[in-house]
Amino acid sequence: MSSSTVNWFRYSSPASFFPLAGKLVPWFAAAAALLSVLGLWLGLVVAPTDAQQGDTYRIIFIHVPAAWMSMFIYLVMAFWSALALMFNTRLSAMMVQALAPTGALFTFIALVSGSLWGRPAWGTYWAWDARMTSELILLFLYFGYLALHAAIADSRRADRASAVLVLVGVVNVPIIYFSVKWWNTLHQGATVSLTAAPRMAAVMLTAMLIMSLAAWFYAIAVTLLRVQAVILEREGRAAWALNLAGAE
Amino acid sequence: MNEATLRAAPLANDSAWGGVSWAVARDLKLALRSRAELGVQLLFYVIVVTLFPLGIGPDPATLRTLGPGVLWVAALLASLLALPRLFAADFADGTLEQIALSPYPLPALVSGKIVAHWLATGAPLVALSPLLALQFGLDGGEIGVLVTGLLLGTPTLSLLGAIGAALTLGVRGSGALLALLILPLYVPILIFGAGAVESLRAGLVPGAQLSILAAGLLAAIVGAPLACAAAVHIALD
Repeated sequence: MSSSTVNWFRYSSPASFFPLAGKLVPWFAAAAALLSVLGLWLGLVVAPTDAQQGDTYRIIFIHVPAAWMSMFIYLVMAFWSALALMFNTRLSAMMVQALAPTGALFTFIALVSGSLWGRPAWGTYWAWDARMTSELILLFLYFGYLALHAAIADSRRADRASAVLVLVGVVNVPIIYFSVKWWNTLHQGATVSLTAAPRMAAVMLTAMLIMSLAAWFYAIAVTLLRVQAVILEREGRAAWALNLAGAE
Repeated sequence: MNEATLRAAPLANDSAWGGVSWAVARDLKLALRSRAELGVQLLFYVIVVTLFPLGIGPDPATLRTLGPGVLWVAALLASLLALPRLFAADFADGTLEQIALSPYPLPALVSGKIVAHWLATGAPLVALSPLLALQFGLDGGEIGVLVTGLLLGTPTLSLLGAIGAALTLGVRGSGALLALLILPLYVPILIFGAGAVESLRAGLVPGAQLSILAAGLLAAIVGAPLACAAAVHIALD
């Protein structure tokens, strides 16, 4: 590796990534807190009441970011899993392990907030429509990953086995995303897209996008914090970790 | 292409097919010697299907509505129950390690094992299904679509399940874990398999669902042996 280019592999070592993660966590956490306060204020106070749905629509400020994150985090997990299998890097697998609980949490929030909204809007908490069912399957995939990783005692083997599982399960993500288009079911299609003008009031859209950013930053902050814990759990006996503990 | 690669190419091809046929022959021979075990798995399928009319009540109209779904769910569970026999015994006595060390490519050997596994457990189940479908009052056309769906779907179940079976090798409490890993992946097959009969009843052509099942099977034939071989390597590390 020549010294003139940035050595990206430097941060693939847990020892050099650990301090970097520690430095980044407060920034992302602060950004997440600020943005969610701003987003909730815009969404709950400033945004007008919807003509058809009344105030129940306001659940989208939680529901939509959570649903986006639930799928996106799985894709990120698949990316790190692929890297972990191809390059046999420890840190990639640790990232997958750190992302999974947050992904499961967002999936759960998306399902619960959706069903709470469904009761007044559709008259039912739950319908077996394509998008809800596939989101539920996504939750099972997260649980499957967590269960498999926890069941294998040797952490290196657990990393590799569950990376294969994540990559097999990734087929589900496009199915969830396009389910509303492919099957004409109860859940409405996307209101927001990059190619067409948004079909909602500007302030609602702004609030939703700010809440999505807040969800992103929250996920990044929590993942980095958790990956630090994973690193310490596995390599706490390594010389660099003991040095770090001695220095503080 | 030089002469050496020209000569090497058919040899490599032969060895892949050789691996498949060797594994099929060996596993089928083993399956034939444990017929009682295979019979138990088939009986499990029959008993699960039988439980539904007892639980729901013998109303013919209800049973006819539920029939395809019940048969598919029972097929999923029976397939799940049969999965540990795919690798567990070979893993326990070290045969799997010798298989992985052989000159045949591991994906080919794994494919052969999956084919044999389907012939031993999936094919009898499909063959028995028309009889059980009659008990639920399905008519001839519906039974035809159901069996076609099972023929296209159950090999996919074996292929996907083999990945889970390899991933859970030597893991504590692997039975329940296998269910948690594999059943979510089975869901699309269940939806389209049972949906094919539904669409026939709605007066539509079930071709779309059957085509999707066939597409899923083709994708699984390409991808599953590779993932499964990777999982076997990880288990043997």
